[in-house]
Amino acid sequence: MTWVINNLGLIWSRSVDHVAIAFPAVILSFLIALPIGWLATRFAWSRGILLSLSSVLYAIPSLPLFIVLPLLIGTGLRDPINLVVALTLYGIALMVRSTADGLSSVDGDIVQSATAIGYSAWSRFWRVELPLAGPVLLAGIRVVSVSTVSLTTVGAVLGISGTGVFFTDGVQRNIPEEILTGVVVTIVIAVVFDLVIVQVGRLLLPWTRAVKTARARQLRDREGVAA
Amino acid sequence: MIEFRSVTKLYPDGTRAVDDFSLVIPSRKTTVLVGSSGCGKTTLLRMVNRMVEPTSGSIEIDGANIAATEPVHLRRGIGYVMQNSGLLPHRRVIDNVATVLLLNRVPKQQAYDRSLELLDTVGLDRSLARRYPGELSGGQQQRVGVARGLAADPNILLMDEPFGAVDPIVRTDLQSETMRLQRELDKTIVFVTHDIDEAFLLGDQVVILEKGAKIAQKGTPEEILANPASDFVANFIGADRGKRRLTVNSAVTPNGDDLVLVDAGGYAAGVISAPHGVLASSNPSPKSRSISNKTDQAGDA
Repeated sequence: MTWVINNLGLIWSRSVDHVAIAFPAVILSFLIALPIGWLATRFAWSRGILLSLSSVLYAIPSLPLFIVLPLLIGTGLRDPINLVVALTLYGIALMVRSTADGLSSVDGDIVQSATAIGYSAWSRFWRVELPLAGPVLLAGIRVVSVSTVSLTTVGAVLGISGTGVFFTDGVQRNIPEEILTGVVVTIVIAVVFDLVIVQVGRLLLPWTRAVKTARARQLRDREGVAA
Repeated sequence: MIEFRSVTKLYPDGTRAVDDFSLVIPSRKTTVLVGSSGCGKTTLLRMVNRMVEPTSGSIEIDGANIAATEPVHLRRGIGYVMQNSGLLPHRRVIDNVATVLLLNRVPKQQAYDRSLELLDTVGLDRSLARRYPGELSGGQQQRVGVARGLAADPNILLMDEPFGAVDPIVRTDLQSETMRLQRELDKTIVFVTHDIDEAFLLGDQVVILEKGAKIAQKGTPEEILANPASDFVANFIGADRGKRRLTVNSAVTPNGDDLVLVDAGGYAAGVISAPHGVLASSNPSPKSRSISNKTDQAGDA
């Protein structure tokens, strides 16, 4: 514990750096995957192509990507922006499929009914299809969030600050406590991200809970009658 | 008045869903399109609000070709009620009803006030307004669906098998509610169903459709029952099985002057009063269709 107590400031600053990289990557992958996922569901031909492409994207090994990216986007090798871009790409790879699945999961009858009562295609997407895809999108972004927080540690190899530095530094200087700290802090960040996402989901998707409770109540009533 | 003028719908795969269909649907009456599944009745209904575009022919509402009206605008002026209610599961009951009004840019407060009134109209308690559709029973959802269809006070109400997915008792309830609403609100209703009894119950004009939306017969229920135009119609309304031809069952002696009627299969179909052994004949108009074996209370419906 002494290492932790002596390095509280360092733990805090590296955690903040970590979040500053992971957070925008998660948000960006969600936003960018949205139109791609929509396009995948829009046409018969586009789904296969876009989902395959996004799977290939995920298969790119991370270290070479970190080295190639600065050449492509003109940033320095140690610029955190590289990491944000790379993590966003991986996030998109995961999120495109979730988005496409989420949008296809929306009941066709409800889309028809929304059209029939006079939603335009644009407002129907934002106010009906997207919200109803919400539960699947939420599940997708939770996976992206955990995966991104964990992948961010790889940045340490390039010398970008984050909780990954606890691993590289801990190994080099042989401080097991520092390595363990890195593991714990990374997990804590991932859990906090997840809690925040779930909470935001609750606020944005209140009907899922209400209906779940109602279903449970109906089931209980029925069993009550049977008993 | 809605008029179909030799409307044809050809799908890319070569299916001729509707073939040269012409029909006049009178204003302020209920017209029921009835036929087996796949006969094209829903396609016809969806042509009225341009959910389906005809391949050829035209549809006119009060003399104006609907092809000239922008679909979204057209749909906001036509009520639509579908099977399984089609309610938006993520919006509360009150928001579902208010949707059409808000799309029509009615001020918020006014839209919600009107929506609450509509819940009264369809016999739902206002306490349900804050619930989500998933928290209601099937019958209650269907009532919300009707309220939503009526929200913009449209002249035309399209109903696509609205009571197909609810149990028979609730269906009876909803049918009598629909008749009550029609008496009060005087809309032009186009109703699609595969249930001939429902068609006869609700329809001022009943149109029996064969495959390809070919009109097998149209007329009032009485006209069709009295004079089925073809074997297809006779079969469809059950006349050939003797379901519609009732005879007096002399084996049972009910109370008073009533006689029990049975169909050709020998199943009890109803009773008829026969004072002093003479069958009563009823004056066909004015017609009261308020007869229901259930109360008008929404209850769990």
